[in-house]
Amino acid sequence: MADTVSSADAPAVFGAKGYPAALEWIARRAEAFVIPLAALIVGMVLFSLFIALVGKSPVQLYETMWRGGFGSWFSIQNSLSRGAPLLLAALCVALPARLGLVVIGGEGAIVLGGVAAAATGVALSGAASFIVILAMGVAGMAAGGIWIGAVGALRHYRAVNETISSLLMAYIAIALMNHLVEGPLRDPASLNKPSTQPLADAYRIGNIPGMEVHWGLVVGIVACILSWLLIEKTRWGFAARIAGGNVRAAQVQGLAVGPLIVGFTALAGGFAGLAGMLEVGAVQGSANASLAAGYGYTGILVAFLARHNPLAIIPVAILLGGINASGGLIQRRMDLPDATVLVLQGMLFIVILFSETFYGRFKAFNPDLWKKGA
Amino acid sequence: MEATEIGLWGVPLAILGGAIRVSTPFIFVSLGEAITERSGRINLGLEGTLVFGAMTAYAMAVMTGSPWLGLMAAATAGLCFGLFHGWICKFPGVNDIAIGIALMLLGSGLAFFFGKPFIQPSAPDLPAIPFGGWSDIPQVQAALNVNVLFLIGAALAVFLWWAFRNTRAGLILRVVGDSSDAARAMGLDPNMVRLIATGVGGALAGIGGGYLSLYYPGSWTERISSGQGLMAVALVIFARWNPLGCFAAALLFGGAGALGPALQSVGITQGYYLFYAAPYILTLIIMIATSSPGRSLAGAPGELSITK
Repeated sequence: MADTVSSADAPAVFGAKGYPAALEWIARRAEAFVIPLAALIVGMVLFSLFIALVGKSPVQLYETMWRGGFGSWFSIQNSLSRGAPLLLAALCVALPARLGLVVIGGEGAIVLGGVAAAATGVALSGAASFIVILAMGVAGMAAGGIWIGAVGALRHYRAVNETISSLLMAYIAIALMNHLVEGPLRDPASLNKPSTQPLADAYRIGNIPGMEVHWGLVVGIVACILSWLLIEKTRWGFAARIAGGNVRAAQVQGLAVGPLIVGFTALAGGFAGLAGMLEVGAVQGSANASLAAGYGYTGILVAFLARHNPLAIIPVAILLGGINASGGLIQRRMDLPDATVLVLQGMLFIVILFSETFYGRFKAFNPDLWKKGA
Repeated sequence: MEATEIGLWGVPLAILGGAIRVSTPFIFVSLGEAITERSGRINLGLEGTLVFGAMTAYAMAVMTGSPWLGLMAAATAGLCFGLFHGWICKFPGVNDIAIGIALMLLGSGLAFFFGKPFIQPSAPDLPAIPFGGWSDIPQVQAALNVNVLFLIGAALAVFLWWAFRNTRAGLILRVVGDSSDAARAMGLDPNMVRLIATGVGGALAGIGGGYLSLYYPGSWTERISSGQGLMAVALVIFARWNPLGCFAAALLFGGAGALGPALQSVGITQGYYLFYAAPYILTLIIMIATSSPGRSLAGAPGELSITK
């Protein structure tokens, strides 16, 4: 499992004889761009074949997809809004992945983070809006962090498989949300769609000035950058990468693997919980069943496409946000089911995973092989 | 409701009936997954296979009027998904768990894509055998109205339990699952054995999906499966890769799933959603109780990544 999540290329320290060091530097890094990009293209070609087989025009489909996702300022803003929660949901997969864990239950943390934030916002009504929004964020992060942190703790201290347990926890979280939203926390005024009491307008999260995109996008991008710094530039990130490569080696080196796993999974869940809080604070205005909109599952795809690199998550999340945003237009214009987008995502996912087998196989990306003159 | 006539006795009776009804897809998916995992691979994509199988079975039954043809179509579709998983996982660097997650997404996506026109029409049901004819109480009759697939699943569990120990194929499967090197030394091709094992596992999961749409709940909707395919994977671990254990665990899970509706039928509606979560909570508790750090699980196939 570890080999799929560790980044392979070591920094080039000295130039090879006969080749400029810069060329070598580029070659070593090109692999991480060229292979995913090629996989993305292959996935889209396969999807074109699928669309052609069901008797529709792939050209028209991609054109519609472009128009729905990125063709106008309106659709770009729509894509960015949909990409915002994906940034945080993808971090919930990417951070544990650096430790070699496959956590796929981010949906549960999103849902509970949203409920916790909504309950906090209602409980503190009357306080200054800055304090309430901050408290909502903390509550959302805490709920999500405890949920996924528990998955990490079970993994390390009880050897419970994290992939299955996180998904089971997601189903439990959704049931818990339904229970709370239809029972103890229900707003009696919400008849058709059981919800918590609506947040006062002062506690709603607004839009970025000049855009129809809420502040969640900025929060998500900042979270991605911070996560990248954490993994690449701090000693905890360094320790996590070692543990992700080989747990035994990390333990021999005296690294506290347990706290590391619990800390990383809790932070990952905290980010997903924050996504839930933003959905409540900026989009829904209260916690209800719409929180389980599948962002947690699309986030898995985003993280794998980005190869668990937090900086790469930013463009990939916005791309997937655009693909999701175009789903409605594809349905209306081309008379295709809304699941078309899901099929595309599934195909991209499989091609990306398949592309893992090509890393380290091409001579062009490996200057060490040039020197041998083979 | 007539449930009040027999009072609270209706609860265990409804749970028994529910256990038989709800457990059948669990039985098929977990037996399929047991074969796959015995070969040393894990296929998390059975959740997607289950949904796609449900759609295929329903669509075929609507078009041909025969639920059995529907079931065969579901098994064939499941076989294709399984073979695809088995084929793609043989490449180095391709992670079987991650491919499973992707197939979960793709299977559901394809099922929703092709299943859209079949949400409205109704398909013929699979037949059930009324074992409760001796009783006048409708609840007893309802509980003992057993579908033939449940009986086939029970027989299959016994057969696999026997076959794993006593047949050449069973031995080959276990050798490959325990050590690829030992298998190669015996002249076996581990990838080929795993391909077949994953294909058979997929076909069984497809049949489980067919049961969902053709008997209980008995219609095709996009919410037909709520993690049954995944719980079945956890269930196989709990059952220690033993087919008879899978059957017993599936009954237990079916009973847990029937708890909420059973209590509701006697008027207990408080915390309905929490009872709905009972199978998931039960699965989690069992996983926690049966896992242990420091030692591998008893009976676990040595090549299985999930127990490493």
